Amino acid sequence: MPRITSLIFVSLIASMVIAALVTPLDQNSDVIAADDESAPANALLAESATQAPARPKSPTYTVTIRRPDGPPRIELAGSDPQGRSGTVACSTCHSVRPPAFQNRNATTLDEFHQGMQFNHGTIACYSCHNPDDADSLRLADGTRVDYSDVMTLCSQCHGPQATSFAHGAHGGINGFWDLSRGPQVKNNCVDCHDPHAPAFPKMIVDFKPKDRFNMPHTDSDDH
Amino acid sequence: METSKPSLPIVENFSRRAAVKGGFATLGAAAFVAAVSPLRQAAKNTTAAEFMQQHYTELSPEQKTDVIARLEAEAKEKHGVDVKISDDRPIPGTKFVYAINLSVCNGNGKCVEACHKENNHDRATNQSYIRVIEMPKGTMDMEQGSTTYTGAVPKDDKFYLPVQCQQCDEPPCVDVCPVKATWKEEDGIVVVDYNWCIGCRYCEAACPYHARRFNWKAPEIPAEEINPNQGYLSNRVRPVGVVEKCTYCLHRTRKGKLPACLEACPTGARVFGNILDKDSNIRWILENKRVYILKEELGTKPAFFYYFD
Repeated sequence: MPRITSLIFVSLIASMVIAALVTPLDQNSDVIAADDESAPANALLAESATQAPARPKSPTYTVTIRRPDGPPRIELAGSDPQGRSGTVACSTCHSVRPPAFQNRNATTLDEFHQGMQFNHGTIACYSCHNPDDADSLRLADGTRVDYSDVMTLCSQCHGPQATSFAHGAHGGINGFWDLSRGPQVKNNCVDCHDPHAPAFPKMIVDFKPKDRFNMPHTDSDDH
Repeated sequence: METSKPSLPIVENFSRRAAVKGGFATLGAAAFVAAVSPLRQAAKNTTAAEFMQQHYTELSPEQKTDVIARLEAEAKEKHGVDVKISDDRPIPGTKFVYAINLSVCNGNGKCVEACHKENNHDRATNQSYIRVIEMPKGTMDMEQGSTTYTGAVPKDDKFYLPVQCQQCDEPPCVDVCPVKATWKEEDGIVVVDYNWCIGCRYCEAACPYHARRFNWKAPEIPAEEINPNQGYLSNRVRPVGVVEKCTYCLHRTRKGKLPACLEACPTGARVFGNILDKDSNIRWILENKRVYILKEELGTKPAFFYYFD
């Protein structure tokens, strides 16, 4: 009788153990066959075979600096008797009106450009705009500059920024850091700065991760 | 021979002994089954192939191909998306370095959002590898800053300090890993093999920059929002229970592209490049700007620099 009890006891335990282990063992068995033992031998091979090809020495792609399309067009405030609206070039008006060289802001204007915001030091309109050709800009030395080359104009005063820009330390960049693999596009000054009020505008934060560092700070030492 | 009757009747009581033994046997067996039941659950959650997978650095090219094929198939099954998982290796002669112009950064957080999307982070928690800390002017002590600021930025009496993995040359997170699931590669990027990580979080505790994140749950991302351009060591959708970190977007940067956070920055504060290339932007900054590193006194030697104009 005691032997029978022991036998039952042992077989019960054994069957439980088998029941518990059989499922995972079954799942693993096919892998042991599939996943051969050659991994350590192949490790060295893997290292050399997956190395990316060496970089070509000379850059094959270029850096493109974005440029304004050309001189701005002025939106007509009203429409003509036929109901047409549209845009006109600066020179449409400014070729027949005498330049007001002293003017520095919109409050002293009585007919056009009213309401414009200026916050660019104390420079006058004609510090940058060209009185001889309203569809272009003018450097301090009188040289005419196209609107598309506006950065030449900005760089007269903002030399440190221009130097930083030339070395990628000022202004947004997109594309490739490695010019042997792809091109790069850089913003120009007026992509980010309004030339009439160049301070970078304030922005609203709209994306916040929800992690413990964003919880309101308490003096508790419970981390 | 006629045996004499036992003097102690209790010894003769076989049925009682059997009952007691049987009872304990049942209890023991039940306890054993309960004890090993997590193993059976694990077997259900983990495929056998995944369980048997080697460490990343010991995989042969054929095994890597198999592993990546399996992961792509799993992504299709779990998320219903056709993803492309690449295995980008360091470009010889490259050491990646990052720099941020704190005179320009205005704390708008577009980099945080870009990282969230690029790296397939969990949508509900807005997880990201970048934190932007709003700092009082006059200190570089990270602990005095706050990440909870909202509204219009920048505020007049603050500056903004974006912090992510500094890809240290002496990474404390790598030193503490008990299973070598995280290591530093030739181009300076500290990576994690998510399939080797045991989730002990030692590395998260060791990082002085709070740069590592733990997946308390499997990331949940709508299928149409999953970035299908993935890397095995970077932005593939991570499993639950592993640690992850910024990889300088190695699935992009090892193909020559700029990191997602840099491209998203509307202020142009971020600069990325190869410090071994003497004509690179990053070299010019290190040579010409006043750069500093975070927590220099700890000797972690970050590959991440901050500068002011």
